[in-house]
Amino acid sequence: MSTPLKTKIQVPRSRDLEVDGVKYNRAGSSRSRFEMFAWLFMRMSGIVLIVLVFGHLFVNLMVGEGVHAVDFGFVGGKWANPFWQVWDLVMLWLAMLHGTNGIRVIIDDYAARNTTRFWLKVLLFVASAFVILLGTMVIFTFEPCPAGADPSLLASFCSAH
Amino acid sequence: MSTAVTENQNQDAQQTDDAGEEAIPTYDIVLRVRRYDPEFETEAHWDEWPLTMYGTDRVLDALHKVKWELDGSLSFRRSCAHGVCGSDAMRINGRNRLACKTLLKDLDLSKPILVEPIKGLPCEKDLIVDMEPFFQSYREIMPFLVNEDHTPTGERFQSQDDRARFDDTTKCILCAACTSSCPVFWTDGQYFGPAAIVNAHRFIFDSRDQAGDMRLEILNDKEGVWRCRTTFNCTEACPRGIQVTKAIAEVKKAVFASAL
Repeated sequence: MSTPLKTKIQVPRSRDLEVDGVKYNRAGSSRSRFEMFAWLFMRMSGIVLIVLVFGHLFVNLMVGEGVHAVDFGFVGGKWANPFWQVWDLVMLWLAMLHGTNGIRVIIDDYAARNTTRFWLKVLLFVASAFVILLGTMVIFTFEPCPAGADPSLLASFCSAH
Repeated sequence: MSTAVTENQNQDAQQTDDAGEEAIPTYDIVLRVRRYDPEFETEAHWDEWPLTMYGTDRVLDALHKVKWELDGSLSFRRSCAHGVCGSDAMRINGRNRLACKTLLKDLDLSKPILVEPIKGLPCEKDLIVDMEPFFQSYREIMPFLVNEDHTPTGERFQSQDDRARFDDTTKCILCAACTSSCPVFWTDGQYFGPAAIVNAHRFIFDSRDQAGDMRLEILNDKEGVWRCRTTFNCTEACPRGIQVTKAIAEVKKAVFASAL
């Protein structure tokens, strides 16, 4: 996992310390680089998200007719273009992972008991996986004018309407 | 270097006793101390003493006055009483400070002065906490010089620039004011804490030391530098004026440099 250390020396250890049921010893060291990459990911995704989110807001709310142009057809038109599909996909994934990791960290900081921590994280990961998968599916399978649908339910720009 | 914390300007609002007899002005203050004695009670409570103190007195002098003249059962640690030993870190008016470096005249004396033990460490009695979790983290980062080379007959030379690299973090007196001001440490005490990282920094950036890789590995832990949220409580609390949060950020960068 990591490169072997040059230094060969014993780390001083302490007696087990438990006061009123609270363990003050660290639960053992974790030789994982996950936290390091999570920290880096937060910074990198934050920078990219600034561009993506403000670009998204600018294109949707300012360009052309601005906010008045946003409707079902506007979204359908955007997702017919692979450029906006990729833009929205990247924005969805980065925003969800950035937010999920942020809340994971908050849970670690504020939940005092391990069981509380565990269940809050299960809830968090399930919810975020659901949103990521649903969003990804919608971006790629979105069909503004599904063939064979009831014409009265279709948007005004569809040929079958 | 020293961080004098001033809450208000009481200098103008002093009362002088009989001029001539008392050259030093005196104040009437109220000292509120959080008391806890596990032999007689299960919950902590607050005790209050009105005191007349001199303008040159510190919070430690007020505690001494109580202990020596009013209530001998009041317990707190202090050794040198001059900001060097780091024994008397406590929470004064909600902020971690050394009682021996906090002048009464710098505090808001219109309200009682609140004195509590530092947070996040198990309270043993009154203002005395069990420092073992704090020192455990300190020991784990190996706060000693590791050098496998032949022992030189004289000193190990170092350029002034190399020495300046870690000068700030050599000032630590291990009072625990920083670690016990850290909200991440309060939660479960698993985080290494600012003080341990500061003392690791002192050796990681020392050109004479050779175990930097191991210290970085230790601090790359789940409970290591990545739990720092840069709230700057530690930097604000440090009675020695160490740029603690900056030192932690430098260790983060060094972890990246060694891991990537």
